[in-house]
Amino acid sequence: MKDRNHLSNVGLVHEVSIIENGLIDIPMLQILQPDGTPHKKVTVPDIDQQLALKIYRTMRFVRVLDERMVAAQRQGRISFYLASTGEEAASVASAAALEPQDMIMSQYREQGALAFRGYSTEAFMNQMFSNEKEANKGRQMPIHYGDKALNFMTISSPLGTQIPQASGYAYGQKMAGNEAITICYFGEGAASEGDFHAGLNMAAVLHCPVIFFCRNNGYAISTPAEEQFAGDGIASRGLGYGVKTIRVDGNDSFAVYAATQQARAIALKENCPVLIEAMTYRLAAHSTSDDPTGYRSKEEEGKWQQKDPIARLGAWLKNKGWLDEEQENKDLEKMRQEVLQELKRVEKVPICKIDEIIEDVYDTPPWHLKEQLSELKKHMAKYPEAYPKTSGRL
Amino acid sequence: MAKMNLLQAINNALITAMEDDEKVMVFGEDVGHFGGVFRATSNLQQKFGRDRCFNTPLTEQGIIGFANGLASQGSVPVAEIQFGDYIFPAFDQIVNETAKWRYRSGGQFSCGTLTIRTPYGGGIAGGHYHSQSPEAYFAHTPGMKIVIPRNPYQAKGLLLASIRDDNPVLFMEPKRLYRASVGDVPEDDFTLPLGKAEITKSGSDITLVAWGAQMEVLDKASELAQKEGIDAEVIDLRSILPWDADTVCESVVKTGRLLISHEAPLTGGFASEIAATVQDKCFLNLESPIARVCGLDTPYPLAHEKEYMPDHLKVFEAIKRTVHY
Ligand SMILES: Cc1ncc(C[n+]2csc(CCOP(=O)(O)OP(=O)(O)O)c2C)c(N)n1
Repeated sequence: MKDRNHLSNVGLVHEVSIIENGLIDIPMLQILQPDGTPHKKVTVPDIDQQLALKIYRTMRFVRVLDERMVAAQRQGRISFYLASTGEEAASVASAAALEPQDMIMSQYREQGALAFRGYSTEAFMNQMFSNEKEANKGRQMPIHYGDKALNFMTISSPLGTQIPQASGYAYGQKMAGNEAITICYFGEGAASEGDFHAGLNMAAVLHCPVIFFCRNNGYAISTPAEEQFAGDGIASRGLGYGVKTIRVDGNDSFAVYAATQQARAIALKENCPVLIEAMTYRLAAHSTSDDPTGYRSKEEEGKWQQKDPIARLGAWLKNKGWLDEEQENKDLEKMRQEVLQELKRVEKVPICKIDEIIEDVYDTPPWHLKEQLSELKKHMAKYPEAYPKTSGRL
Repeated sequence: MAKMNLLQAINNALITAMEDDEKVMVFGEDVGHFGGVFRATSNLQQKFGRDRCFNTPLTEQGIIGFANGLASQGSVPVAEIQFGDYIFPAFDQIVNETAKWRYRSGGQFSCGTLTIRTPYGGGIAGGHYHSQSPEAYFAHTPGMKIVIPRNPYQAKGLLLASIRDDNPVLFMEPKRLYRASVGDVPEDDFTLPLGKAEITKSGSDITLVAWGAQMEVLDKASELAQKEGIDAEVIDLRSILPWDADTVCESVVKTGRLLISHEAPLTGGFASEIAATVQDKCFLNLESPIARVCGLDTPYPLAHEKEYMPDHLKVFEAIKRTVHY
């Protein structure tokens, strides 16, 4: 056996010198300026018109969806919603740099990635109305999407849990010889959970082809980033775990796209994790249960509205001559109509029959669950008016 | 007396505790400036400063680990876990540390001053992860006390007692009642006893036992039963651990019948523990099998929440079955 010499790479000093700050300032990749013009001497990623427009239109779709569903929640049509306003580029442009076979494990504010994969308006609505057409059978709150065919893992509310899971999923992809990676999205708040540290360390040690994509949007509900961590954001931690790391402007679709594209190539070729920290801002309330006026100012929000990722890419597309503004505005109106039509149609679809309540607890329901279901159905038959959503189909 | 809802009563108890003892500190996710996602800690930071009421980073294992250390030092931490469903990252800290600290050190050290507050329970369209009632996991842990109030008055008195008790307490708040339950609460300092159940209605035909938000369900069911001539005795257990077997058994000796109800799944729920003890202590007094009306043995569902819940109709039916056994 070889002797272990874990000091072999440690340099020596002969004076007490406590390191006070990070050894390097981690800069942020920005390709497009907030007004949409590229920085001088910058390489704009090699994106054709079709892909650029797809990114742009997906971001606009998500914003339309978000606006409509926040309104629907206020009207009492759905119980809960969570918008990604201002952060669309982070999820859409990163998903655009992936391949369809790559697994997406998201936190909950990445509807943009799902929309980019082709999740339909109807599918969004089915999930939010928890109806029987929804693949997850209406078992979770609105916005907890999941779609096996689109390689989008069903979302779980407990924060950070998906981070070590992504390492494991990616390890499995590597072992199976798939030409695929896993991308794992999370917020800077969730990165305080123990699972974050476990996940990054394991991915680094076990050589997992995974992209950890942090949306640093400045807030975890009411808690500002300054009260979340004292170090240099999330990126500095990647370096500590031996994870290749980059910080990008999360409101710049091209910076997000370019970084993710390269991260994917590295993860796949070198079988290793890459951490991307996307600097952005949660313009929306945390969710429909939240009111941000209690913890931040309108002025602050106003400053970030100036950095809107959709307007930024839109301006670039227009300069390039790839965008017909009149047509886009017509399309936007069509999008709004479609979202509203689907909402109205889908809200009438019934929820699953009561028999589904005991399915999927295990692969097949054991005796005690069957017994409980049969008791429940007898009870419901006696009081059908008390269980109006299901008693009609016992 | 003042009219308060359950949240205001909690807030009021925290203010009382912090005014009374400057070693009391309140912290957790979003509890600082914002006052918590439910606003239970509103204005505490403004009143007592950032050193005594503060936001923590988003890490439950960190919050409870920190609270354990703080408690062992002699401070009086009141740590908030934003939802009972998110207490599990702290499971190790609670089960292996909080609860065993005193025992493993031969009584030299302890986390006795620690109180963990957390909202629990369903009925708010919260699905799997905003609805669970995890009391039974912790009831399986010697060294913890578990307390659950049913209304604002109880909440203030029990929370103050929990903060001052020299044992770690998990204080679970029925979030469905946060704003829905309103009642008279003394503005002065007062405590209610831990480990003592309360008979909220006396009766002779059957004993009904529950805690927290489930008490409302028992009250409704007992009214329905009354109309059918069944006179139920209703008991709020209030403390899950240690629980008041004397009060429950005395009642069962009188009524000869027992029904226990909780939202948590049936299997391994705390009702099983009560049933086992009561059949042991009151075997010859029982006139029918002990009934349990609980959540199904499934994860807490969203679309089928109404069907899942052990509602008043299910309790009512079980009362009739038990009485007419
Ligand atoms: C383990 C756990 N603790 C607490 C919560 C409650 N919670 C939901 S979202 C949230 C803030 C998350 O912030 P961040 O990760 O920064 O993401 P963002 O919402 O900003 O996108 C909190 C505390 C939770 N879902 N899971």
